[in-house]
This record gives sequence, structure tokens and C-alpha cells, in this order.
Amino acid sequence: MTTAIPAQSGAVEAGAAAPAPVRAARGGFGRFLIRRVLQALVVILVVSVIVFALLHALPGGPARGVLGQQATEEQIAAFEAANGLDQPVVLQYLSFLGRSLTGDLGESYLLNQSVSDAIALRLPKTLLLTGLSLVVAVLIAVPVGVYQAVRRNRAVDYWLSTLAIVAYSTPTFFLGMLLILLLSQTAGLFPAAAPQGTGIAEVLAQPDALVLPVLTGAVPIVATFSRYMRSATLDNLGEDYVRTARAKGTGRRRVVLRHVLRNSLTPVVAMLGYYLPVMFGGALVVEQLFNYPGMGLLFWSAAQSSDFPVLLGCVLVISVATVVGSLLADVVQAVLDPRTRGGLR
Amino acid sequence: MTGLRRFTRNRLAVVGAVALAVLVLFVLIGPLVYPTEQVATDLGAANLPPGVDGHPLGTDALGYDNLGRLMVAGQVSLLVGVLAGALATVVGTLWGAVAGYVGGAVDVVMMRVVDAGIAIPAIFLLLVLSTIVRPTVGMMIVVLGLVSWLVPARLIRAEALSVRTRDYVVAARAMGASHGRTVLTHVIPNTVGTVVVNATFQVADAILLVAYISFLGMGVQPPTTDWGAMLNDGINYIYQGAWWLILPPGLAIVVVVCALNFVGDGLRDVVDVKGRTA
Repeated sequence: MTTAIPAQSGAVEAGAAAPAPVRAARGGFGRFLIRRVLQALVVILVVSVIVFALLHALPGGPARGVLGQQATEEQIAAFEAANGLDQPVVLQYLSFLGRSLTGDLGESYLLNQSVSDAIALRLPKTLLLTGLSLVVAVLIAVPVGVYQAVRRNRAVDYWLSTLAIVAYSTPTFFLGMLLILLLSQTAGLFPAAAPQGTGIAEVLAQPDALVLPVLTGAVPIVATFSRYMRSATLDNLGEDYVRTARAKGTGRRRVVLRHVLRNSLTPVVAMLGYYLPVMFGGALVVEQLFNYPGMGLLFWSAAQSSDFPVLLGCVLVISVATVVGSLLADVVQAVLDPRTRGGLR
Repeated sequence: MTGLRRFTRNRLAVVGAVALAVLVLFVLIGPLVYPTEQVATDLGAANLPPGVDGHPLGTDALGYDNLGRLMVAGQVSLLVGVLAGALATVVGTLWGAVAGYVGGAVDVVMMRVVDAGIAIPAIFLLLVLSTIVRPTVGMMIVVLGLVSWLVPARLIRAEALSVRTRDYVVAARAMGASHGRTVLTHVIPNTVGTVVVNATFQVADAILLVAYISFLGMGVQPPTTDWGAMLNDGINYIYQGAWWLILPPGLAIVVVVCALNFVGDGLRDVVDVKGRTA
């Protein structure tokens, strides 16, 4: 799935004027921050409207969703009166918004648990799994991308790029199945089921069972980020400071490792923030495939049983996390590279 | 250099185009050359390995011939992917062109809607929607198209922003063309390169998304099937080593998505546009 990088046109706004750069940049940054945070709040508000609309798009409305298709008209009327569903839509939305803000996402139909409790129990495990995949992926993608950039347009670059497209085109679940077939069924190296348990400690106590889920989650990230890293490094290799450093007698290897690497990591680190929705999607598939007790599996089970409060609660939490992720990415990038501050409209 | 020359210079793009042609022939002409029963089940011939009883790729748990099933499933995967990608492209192009052309407050509102849509990961939204509406082929096309128009909208808006100040747009307005006419006949045609290249990637992503939804068991219902649903059926037999239920549909998805990505790269060389980052 594509993740568009925000436009960076009109880039040279803050910090370009040479005298008194500190004050100019500070003021520019403060304004940038306020506008960017406001924008994020607006987006979250729109997301909440979409989720609220989905709640009302349920066949027969939320009341039928909870009570089932056999419910009588009287039962539905009673339920709607008890839950404020007979109020005007705008009031209902405001009360939904108020409850969501205080962390009240409703009750699961089936789990005998509030939605926020169900999510709070599983979210840390999902973050652990995606975090591990991410670390593994970055450790592979960064050196591969730099290596490709240094060897650009040679055979090895060409083959690695093609391999990245193949990996990107492989559905995560198919990759996971192949790994199960090869490493679990045939070679018998790792178990095919993910670690079970309620807490993070229990999950971490079964490292061999974590290998296949982490690997499956990591491959698509490697495919994407090795491409980012390659192009970011290529951009920097053409910069004047590289020529200067080389002219002053710095070795090629040292220029790449000390100067180019640090500068090319900035956009790639920021990309991680924009990549969050893709990672959540990946977690859903990996958790379902390996039966890992995280938020993705919670969501999938809820979809199987039409447990709408859980479904919509998860969507809300994930969307807010995504908005915050891209906000952080923009802010980190603006701190590290003032040229990007003008990109916001 | 002509467009065709530029395209054929990219060898992977040519390989992709050939692979696509072969796959389309396979799913459309294949069932005519190799007709199989894909509605009525035959439990007496269930789970046969490849080559037994005249089934080149074996049979699945319901006794369907696996090679024939690969063809009819491919029809659904490709149909949904192409039409959903086309729908997303049309919606996204119009949305982005209007936002970029009108600008101002309208642009801000329209783009915040896009931001909000992008914040909700497509797979999650699709799963919620497929619990609400019964997933038929037509429904899948509409739903997939309506969740994946956001990226083209962003790309086309950026293009439209730069096109709207060009002289020919100003001239068209000065000669009395309406806003609608200006957008449709001047703004959008000048973004066509971006649109076409992105549409290719859009179809590739749509085919992947269909596969994900079907794999998660929320896609088209039996006896209709697609490659993702075949994998979902096959995973139950993975521990018995039934590789023939998994490798063919999985590889088919990989080949078609790769081919579309290669072709998209080749087309980008032809029209020379930027905008694809992943």
C-alpha cells in the first residue's frame, strides 16, 4: 500500500535567511507546531465522525446490532430509550465523542469486558510483535539500502531492487505460510504457533515461537524501507558536502558511514511514522495466521462474530495512533530539517 | 525517443506485460480449453495430490479440481482488482482535481477528509464493512474502490495545484468556460500521466487487498472463490503438507502483483512522472 510523503513544496521558509537564524527558526517552528497539531485534531475529529457513521450504518442500527435480528419492536424501542438512541443524531454524536474522549468505548457483546479493557490487555503484545519486526527490518533494510546506493545501477543493485518488488508483492499471509511450510513443517526448526499468554513476560519467555511471526512481519518492511534508504542515500551522495569531504582526503567508506548515513536516516526515520497504518494491517494478518493473542487477533475474532463495539473501538484507537504517528514524524522531521516546515497548508 | 521504445528498454516492464498477458489468457481462455466442475462438490475425489485421477494440480477438500479452480478464482481476483482500481482512480482523480483546482477552504476540507481516510487502515475498514454488507463480487468492487481512492486524490491534487495557474487554464476561463468544463477538459487531461501510472499500482494494491480480505475469511462467499480464498481454504491442510493448495494461488498473486508493479515502473519511464514512494 502506498504511503504518500507529504508535499515539501515551498520548503525554504524558515531558517533560510542567514542573520538571526535562531529566532526566526524558533518562531517558525512554534507556528508550524501549532498548525500541525490543530490539523491532527481536525483529522481525528473527522475519523470519529466516520466511525460514528459506521456505527449507524449497521443493519437496523446499533440496537439491532446488539439485540439481534429476533428482537421485537418494543425491545428495540426500550433499548434505544435506555441508550439515548432516540435522541437527535447530533446529540448522539456529541455524547459518543464525549465518552470516547474519556476512554469509554462501550462494552463488547461477547467478551464480557469493556472494549477499552480488551484493547488495553492486547495492545502491548501487538506493539511488542510489531516493534520486534521493525527492529529486525531496519537492521536489515538500512545496510542493504546503503549498499545498493553505493553500487547503484550495477547488477547487484538491480537484483536487490527486483527482490524488493517481489517481496512487496507477496501477501504477508502467503509469506507466512511459506515460512511455516519450510522452517516449521519441513525443517522443524521453529513452532508454527505464536507464543500464548496474557502478559508480555509470558510471550517473551517463548523466543523460538516468536521467530516466525517476527520474520513474517519484518520482510514487507524490509522491502519498503530498503527502497527508501537507497533513494535517500542516493540523494545525499550527490550533495556538495560529499565532494568536499572526498576532496579533503576522507576515504569513501568513512564518508558514507559518517556523513551520508546520518543525513539519509532522517527522512527514513520520519517515514516510520507514516508507515504505521501499514504496520497495523500487517499485524492483523500475522496475528491471525500465527494465532498471536494481540489486538489484530482481537479485531479479527470480533469481525467473525460481528462484535461491533470491539471493531469500531479498535478502528478508533488505530486511527488515532496513525494520526499521532504522522504528526510525530512531521515534528521530528521539522526539528531535524527546518526546510520541511513550509510544507504544511 | 518514442513511448514504446522507452517502455521496451525497461526489460522488467516487458517481462511484466508478457506475464500479465499470459495470466489473463490463463484465467479467461483456460476454462474453455480445460473445463472443470466448480460448483457441485465431489467429496469422493477430495484432497487428491497432483497428478492423481487426471487432476494435474490435485483437488481441494471439496473435490474441486485445483487447476480449474485457479482459473475461475483468477477471474474474480483480476475482475475485482481491475474494476476496484479503476473506480478508485476515477473517484480519486475527480476529488483531487476539484480540491486542487478550487483551492482555499474547499481544498482544506477535502484534503482533511483524505487525511482521515488514510488514517484508517484499509484492511480494518474493509473488515468492518464486510460484516455490515454481505460480500458479493459487485459489493467487493464498490467497497474496495471506495476505500482506496485516497492516494490518487492526493497525487492528482498536487498536480492540479500546479496546472490551475497555467496560461491555458486561465485562457479557458477567460473565454467563458465553466469551472466544471475547465476541470474535465483542461485540468484532468493534463494530469493523465500521473493518473495512468498510479492506476497500474492501484490495481496491484487492490488485488492484494482482495486477497487479504478473502484470506481473513470475509471475502466472496462459496462457491465463488478467488486466490485469497483458495489460500484461506488451503491453510487448513498445510500441516498435512498439501502444498498444491497453497503454492499455486499464492504464486499467482505474487506474479500478477509483481507484473503490474513492473509495468507501472515502465509506464512511469514513458510519461516521466514522480509520485510513487513504495
